[in-house]
Amino acid sequence: MNAPIETISIDNAVIRFCGDSGDGMQLTGNQFTDTSAIAGNDISTFPDFPAEIRAPAGTTSGVSGFQVNFSSNAVETPGDQPDALVAMNAAAYKINIEDLKKGGVLIVNSDSFGKIDLRKAGYESNPLEDNIALNEEYEVYEVPMTSLVQEALKDVELKPANKKRCKNFFALGLMYWVYDRPLSHSEDWVKNKFKGKDLLIEANTKALHAGYNYGETCEIFNSRFNIEKTEMEKGLYRQVTGNTALAYGLITGAQKANLDLLYATYPITPASDILHELAAHKNFGVKTVQAEDEIASIGIALGASYAGSLGVTASSGPGICLKTEFMGLALITELPLVIVDVQRGGPSTGLPTKTEQSDLLLALYGRNGEGPVPVIAAKSPVDCFEAAYEASRIALEFMTPVILLSDGYIANSSDLWKIPNAEDIADIPVKFKTELDGQYLPYKRDAEKLSREWVKPGTPDLQHLLTGLEKDEAGNICYDAKNHSDMCKARQAKVDAVAKTYPKTEIYGKGSGKVLVIGWGGTFGNLHTAVTEIQKETDDISYVHLRYINPLPNDLGDIISQFDEIVVPELNLGQLVKVIRDKYVVDAKSINKIEGKPFKVAEMIEQLKSFL
Amino acid sequence: MTELPKRDYKKSDFNSSRDVKWCPGCGDYAILAAVQKAMAELGRPKENQVVVSGIGCSSRFPAYMDTFGFHSLHGRAPTVATGVKVANPDLDVWIVTGDGDGFSIGGNHIMHAFRRNLDCVILLFNNRIYGLTKGQYSPTSETEKVTKSSPYGSIDAPINPLQVAIASNASFVARTYDINPKHMVETFKAARLHKGVSFVEIFQNCVIFNDGAFDDVIDRKVRADSTLELQAGEPMIFGAEKEKCIVLDGFNPIVKNLSDVSEDQIAKHDPENVHASQLLAHFANELPTPMGVIRKVDRPTYDGAVNAQVDEVVNKKGKGSLNELFRGKAAWTVD
Repeated sequence: MNAPIETISIDNAVIRFCGDSGDGMQLTGNQFTDTSAIAGNDISTFPDFPAEIRAPAGTTSGVSGFQVNFSSNAVETPGDQPDALVAMNAAAYKINIEDLKKGGVLIVNSDSFGKIDLRKAGYESNPLEDNIALNEEYEVYEVPMTSLVQEALKDVELKPANKKRCKNFFALGLMYWVYDRPLSHSEDWVKNKFKGKDLLIEANTKALHAGYNYGETCEIFNSRFNIEKTEMEKGLYRQVTGNTALAYGLITGAQKANLDLLYATYPITPASDILHELAAHKNFGVKTVQAEDEIASIGIALGASYAGSLGVTASSGPGICLKTEFMGLALITELPLVIVDVQRGGPSTGLPTKTEQSDLLLALYGRNGEGPVPVIAAKSPVDCFEAAYEASRIALEFMTPVILLSDGYIANSSDLWKIPNAEDIADIPVKFKTELDGQYLPYKRDAEKLSREWVKPGTPDLQHLLTGLEKDEAGNICYDAKNHSDMCKARQAKVDAVAKTYPKTEIYGKGSGKVLVIGWGGTFGNLHTAVTEIQKETDDISYVHLRYINPLPNDLGDIISQFDEIVVPELNLGQLVKVIRDKYVVDAKSINKIEGKPFKVAEMIEQLKSFL
Repeated sequence: MTELPKRDYKKSDFNSSRDVKWCPGCGDYAILAAVQKAMAELGRPKENQVVVSGIGCSSRFPAYMDTFGFHSLHGRAPTVATGVKVANPDLDVWIVTGDGDGFSIGGNHIMHAFRRNLDCVILLFNNRIYGLTKGQYSPTSETEKVTKSSPYGSIDAPINPLQVAIASNASFVARTYDINPKHMVETFKAARLHKGVSFVEIFQNCVIFNDGAFDDVIDRKVRADSTLELQAGEPMIFGAEKEKCIVLDGFNPIVKNLSDVSEDQIAKHDPENVHASQLLAHFANELPTPMGVIRKVDRPTYDGAVNAQVDEVVNKKGKGSLNELFRGKAAWTVD
């Protein structure tokens, strides 16, 4: 008999579940995350799945993964490398093994390393048997999960195929044992999910326990781990993905403006979950329209804004391209509109399920004519909430379309949300013009914000024409040279005025010095963590993360002027850096990655250090 | 929606102060006048009239109306109109489009407005030519048509807008023509009063680039023999002397002399019969061109259904609370 299993206390762990896209890895990862968060850990997740819903089973193109970082300290990223990897088949092993930290725990479903599995994964022989080095590099546990589940469920009257499907809960149970997590949350979840289907409740619960008990009794594991609770501010918490948070932010924006929200969209990865979320909340006066195409969806949203609702549309790069003509109409008719771009790898159809920040220049400049549009970006899953509220605020306050940039990484990832109190969120004042006082001039501007008045159709005496043609202050079609020049400048001045409403730009680190890192969008977690790490050794590096990209904050120029070197890391080939160079005429340096994946903290530390 | 009391309007109440800039002799003038007259006669609140258009000669229409007007993007008027009507179902939405705007660049949207049954009137100004771009063939131009972009004759086959509308399950489909103001006014009024999508194809003459395109059908000299004026429940009889009628021979409609058939053999117009609607939309060549209301059926409107669903969920769940939304199902407290 082995020595009693030792429980080791650690600060944090990164684990990854991977398997076939039909294996339920996203679900398993989410369960583990929920349980860990409720147990009091800070968490950050990263799901990674293929574009194909069910690629041929067992092949590498169908591998789906879910990574979670859970910690007794605050975490801002899902972690660079997993400390533990659960691979449900040979293909998943093949795709993911390179990422596992040296010395990490590898748990494989050895039942899925048969001849056929190996052939599908493109192996000529079993990598677990061939690879002597494997056991030297990792702590390897071969667990015949499929057969153990069949055995555990032998008394449950389900078809063998259905029993086999419970193996993800076996893996989950086993990982609960390894990391000393309670089973209760997942037990409750199963009861709720399969309400009325007693056999499925029984099967999944048994599989979960079988996994846990396997850890307890099989005596193959050397150790298990314990992660203490995170010191957290008191309050109400939950786990939230970026897309869910974004949907909540839109609902909040509309509610705080006392408007109906009309969300019109066309399904596209990775933005569709916003639609799914909003469609479920019609009791907030949310109207969702699944339009016939991308163009229709922005047209419908714009029509709704014209009629007095908050119109919102969303898409990803390919769809945003199709919407650009309507953005021009929205900006020239000066109607509020929120356009969400959940960026993915491009160009063209590109990498539908992978992340990238390569639509920035499209968002900033992708319209014919002089077409200024405020552009803001969300920095983390939780931040999608505030960013969506802020996009709504700017759109309504300035009567302008606003582009909100999210990305596939933060859209699908989740982190811990300290839930705000709705009463503490500021109202967005919206005033419709309802009475004729003298001559009605649709494009008469507010002296400070330079925005025009909003008149709903249905308002007596205020009938007027909106058109995409150039017009004068009275809304009449007007091709006069000076009028066009004045109107172009007025629309630009209005967008520039948005910057007056920004909070002071936050600097992480000193206000002057050697290196200033400027980031934007979903890279915040990785960049902030990397800079914070470097700052432990030197205060020569500071960091600014931009929420507002158009117009840029008014204080950014002064901040930039205080540093010797400006470094702009982005998940593209250098887009914000162009804007910074152009606007501030500085020799800003670029760090780029264009692999469909987020930055890693370690690689960022290494690259940033090279500037010190 | 409650019926509002009818207001007293004159046709000129719907005239904007802007100069109309269509070519002299353009059929659009007559259509504009007929729409204004129909609106005045209907007496629905002027401020509730929203005219949405795309791009093209006809799409300048909202500029000449003293109503709310949105001159939008080429082909996209149905999308803007959908947003307007879903946001506020109390508004009377009118879409003005042309053959290029509605059936070429905007073909996808118009089809979906039909199938959704968006409560609006769609006026198709069909002149079978591109006017604003100065004379290229359109999706309703006949094959072999010689235009600037088809000097050797167009090789494109034309689309039949009525057939598209009926195939897409439009609930009201009618046809009228620009040289018959009375017919237009009555057709537009019927379209407006129909609850659902009301599609009206208007034969409209482009005096500059396609003059006389419909002369073989609607010219006074031939009109009685070449058109069939439809009345629901009435037999299909036409001709200068009302001497001809339509008889169904199996699936084939044929023209017979009234004197050769008994009354019960004459096809009767039933706007609810989808098969008959399809046949009528297809009438061409030796068959007279149908005018008036071809199809009219009642079915739920899209805008009505979207709003009804919101109301239903509010009734069921109560008005949403943000704090409950944020908490969701899996929040926990850290003390």
